[in-house]
Amino acid sequence: MEQYPKIYLYRRIVQAKLFIDEQFADNIDLNNIANEAYFSKFHFIRLFKKIYNKTPHQYLTGVRIEKAKIFLKEDIAIADVCYSVGFGSIPSFTGLFKRIVGLTPSAYQQEQAKLKADIALQPLKYIPNCFAENNGWTDLSLKLQ
Amino acid sequence: MITKLNHVSVFVLDQDSAHDFYINKLGFKVHTDAPMGPGMRWLTVCPPEQPDLEISLMAINEGMMFSKESAKQMRELVSKGTFGFGVFECNDLLATYEELKAKGVEFTKAPKKEFYGFEALFKDDSGNWFSLGEKKS
Repeated sequence: MEQYPKIYLYRRIVQAKLFIDEQFADNIDLNNIANEAYFSKFHFIRLFKKIYNKTPHQYLTGVRIEKAKIFLKEDIAIADVCYSVGFGSIPSFTGLFKRIVGLTPSAYQQEQAKLKADIALQPLKYIPNCFAENNGWTDLSLKLQ
Repeated sequence: MITKLNHVSVFVLDQDSAHDFYINKLGFKVHTDAPMGPGMRWLTVCPPEQPDLEISLMAINEGMMFSKESAKQMRELVSKGTFGFGVFECNDLLATYEELKAKGVEFTKAPKKEFYGFEALFKDDSGNWFSLGEKKS
């Protein structure tokens, strides 16, 4: 690779981001992440935001909510989802989830369960016809019913 | 008047492996994952900030779409890196390059400033290659 200035800074920020991706369920202290990356807290936050357009805290929250969405789709109980993605209380999880996703975890889970059932029952509703025909999936919904 | 592209196909050697690559390495999201009978699956993924563009990860199997010979030829062509499927965009190319490299993504071109933009090239787990460019500010 051509030499770009301060590549070592990128590597440290990327390592911090990957740390959040892996440890999101733990009680992550952003001061510790900054220390791990050998930055002062404020320098770390500024660089992180410059690269990812989010503060580390905003990014961590986003990762937790996205993981929660995946677990809710798998029909895992809301309380279990809440604690397994790193939130400390169900009300704070529910409030944040609703603010970001626009639905409560419960409503989101119901919506996804309905969608999953519909895809299983009538998959051709979700596949453009040209793809379905090319694969010979022309009357699958009738067969599945 | 055509207004949008909402589906595009990428032919892959193995859908399970492609699912892992596009979701766990590239950070894409599953849009639709529907079993379509024995050995068949409709699997589409989308870039995290483009939920209405479904990338269909199409398995190259003998069947309606490919004869046995065509499937063999297609698998060979994909494996050899014959096909370039598109250009992805990121906010910060150096950071994205470092992250994907750390996750084991194979780059065939490291980030380089070209006259048309800042670009790198990488391959998916099947051999399809993509350009990765930095969003122009």
